[in-house]
Amino acid sequence: MSVLIFAELDEGALKKSSLEAIYYGSKVAELTGTSATVLVLGEGNADELAKAGRFGASKVLHASDAQLTEGNAMAYASVVAEAANQEGADVIVLAKSSLADSMAARLAGKLKAGLAANVIELPDVSNGFRVKRSIFTGKAFAFTELTAEKKILAIKKNTITPEETEATATVEAFKPALNNADFAVKVTKVEKATGDILLPEADLVVSAGRGLKGPENWGIVEDLAKALHAATACSKPVSDLDWRPHHEHVGQTGIKISPNLYIACGISGAIQHLAGVNSSKVIVVINKDAEAPFFKSADYGIVGDVFEVLPRLTKAVQAL
Amino acid sequence: MKILVCVTSVPDTITKITLTDNNTKLNKAGVQFITGPYDDYALSRAVELKEQLGGSVTVLNVGESDADPVIRKCLAIGADDAIRVNAEPTDAYFVAEQIAAIAKESSYDLILMGRESIDYNGGQVHGIVGEMLGLPSISPVMKLAIEGSTAKITREIEGGHEELEAGLPLVLGCQEPIAEWKIPNMRGIMSARTKPLKVVEPTGKETLTHIANYELPPARGACKMIPASEAETLIKLLRTEAKVI
Ligand SMILES: Cc1cc2nc3c(=O)[nH]c(=O)nc-3n(C[C@H](O)[C@H](O)[C@H](O)COP(=O)(O)OP(=O)(O)OC[C@H]3O[C@@H](n4cnc5c(N)ncnc54)[C@H](O)[C@@H]3O)c2cc1C
Ligand SMILES: Cc1cc2nc3c(=O)[nH]c(=O)nc-3n(C[C@H](O)[C@H](O)[C@H](O)COP(=O)(O)OP(=O)(O)OC[C@H]3O[C@@H](n4cnc5c(N)ncnc54)[C@H](O)[C@@H]3O)c2cc1C
Repeated sequence: MSVLIFAELDEGALKKSSLEAIYYGSKVAELTGTSATVLVLGEGNADELAKAGRFGASKVLHASDAQLTEGNAMAYASVVAEAANQEGADVIVLAKSSLADSMAARLAGKLKAGLAANVIELPDVSNGFRVKRSIFTGKAFAFTELTAEKKILAIKKNTITPEETEATATVEAFKPALNNADFAVKVTKVEKATGDILLPEADLVVSAGRGLKGPENWGIVEDLAKALHAATACSKPVSDLDWRPHHEHVGQTGIKISPNLYIACGISGAIQHLAGVNSSKVIVVINKDAEAPFFKSADYGIVGDVFEVLPRLTKAVQAL
Repeated sequence: MKILVCVTSVPDTITKITLTDNNTKLNKAGVQFITGPYDDYALSRAVELKEQLGGSVTVLNVGESDADPVIRKCLAIGADDAIRVNAEPTDAYFVAEQIAAIAKESSYDLILMGRESIDYNGGQVHGIVGEMLGLPSISPVMKLAIEGSTAKITREIEGGHEELEAGLPLVLGCQEPIAEWKIPNMRGIMSARTKPLKVVEPTGKETLTHIANYELPPARGACKMIPASEAETLIKLLRTEAKVI
């Protein structure tokens, strides 16, 4: 038995959430008295891959077939299954992401594995295998027993704090057998913002709602985000109105995030909005209406006009 | 176009979650059940495709009889008939096995689901069903157009989206803005009463997970208010007190 961790690269670097998964998977290996191997697909240099060792993994399998450059969930699932088989892995760990989620779903079917999504703590292995996971988009937790031999744990981002050591991992090339049927879906175009901080990976997020009045006013939101090195997000009506792209929409029907800091500007705080952000560590609300429900779920609040408050906050950050 | 839409019956998004039976069960008392919002998107797009291309829309739920009102609402929105697999659906693998068994009985061109259930947030049933049926699965789907026997799909990825093409049949996990949510009208509600809702017994009973008990998150502390005239203080507090910047 061993633990296999599926790690992702973004622009050549291991994603922050993948480092969390590597650390988590290594701890699971420690708890169960086995070793942790990381699988990475795509272009990445050896130094970057060896970094997995600092987070607890002993070995990295690297597959860099040209066919594996597009995030093809079905092909990835087959490759992960093959690696799990080679390593004799019963536990597969990954961080939730748009690619990992669909990969994990296929993998669960392929391996007949029990999949626990949004896992937020290390498992209890004292009697069986039990994980704590977030359900109802953060409104409750379920202690879930994984009773199948194979288990897949999808870790919720920014809930595990990795510790780094000086250890290194060995990097081995992995040559999976690719299967044509896995490439039945053709990617015809990819549009992805480059250079921006990815919202689901961001530690700090500045978000705005209908209180901003129109897309032409987003400059003050972007300025504060830039000063903080934060990502930008928005409420559902804002993306419905096409003021901002859909991938910035957070909430019940949008992206679920759990950053260290979430600053909500001109957002009323509807329960469906809170569902996407309630696991943020610190929440700041800026709203001109002192009765806005969001203040009840905030740690810090300013009752004021965003058009006056945001530029002052930006200046204060720049002065730090 | 023969479309199967899989729907969940879930607590309304405004529900305050409470627990009973020594924290081993969710308290259903006073909870309003609705169709999963993502499933609603899937259903709305299915009905649009039927209007455009002809064919039929079948709704499928794996659940107990308390899901029937939600199923009737799906019929009122425009589905032609419904199937309920009569079982308590507590495990994604079990649910997927039921859906795959139903799908094998008829040849559907599309099997539409939501990207994830809003209760257990697993996001996995479409992938498992795809694997069980040997069909491609794609999620989360933001746009879906059908041209002949090819589907043109826009899928959300981190920081953007990608455009995909695949031949039918397919299993898709849907999200906005694939369609506008449809609201049932009076005629739909009347006709839903007589549309067929077939109840079938489950095949197999294997599960891979089991929920032992639940917990509610701790309440957030009081909100510290900062006067707008001293907005700069916030930045200081975020650095020295909250230590997040
Ligand atoms: C099934 C379902 C799913 C949903 N999913 C989501 C979701 O995923 N995400 C989501 O966000 N919503 C979701 N919603 C919608 C949600 O209910 C709210 O309608 C929405 O979040 C409101 O967005 P808002 O706060 O930007 O706008 P509003 O509610 O209009 O709030 C605007 C706020 O800005 C304040 N304001 C105005 N001017 C200023 C100013 N100059 N300075 C400071 N403050 C100002 C106002 O006081 C107000 O509080 C969902 C709804 C349903 C039914
Ligand atoms: C204790 C307990 C009680 C439950 N009670 C109910 C209940 O009363 N009614 C109910 O409908 N569900 C109920 N659920 C089941 C839950 O909604 C899911 O069906 C199941 O747990 C899989 O969850 P998931 O989050 O992995 O699904 P996901 O993989 O996130 O779901 C993705 C999509 O798959 C489809 N799908 C998922 N589940 C079903 C289903 N049951 N029937 C048809 N399509 C489905 C939907 O299109 C959904 O959007 C219960 C679960 C538990 C643990």
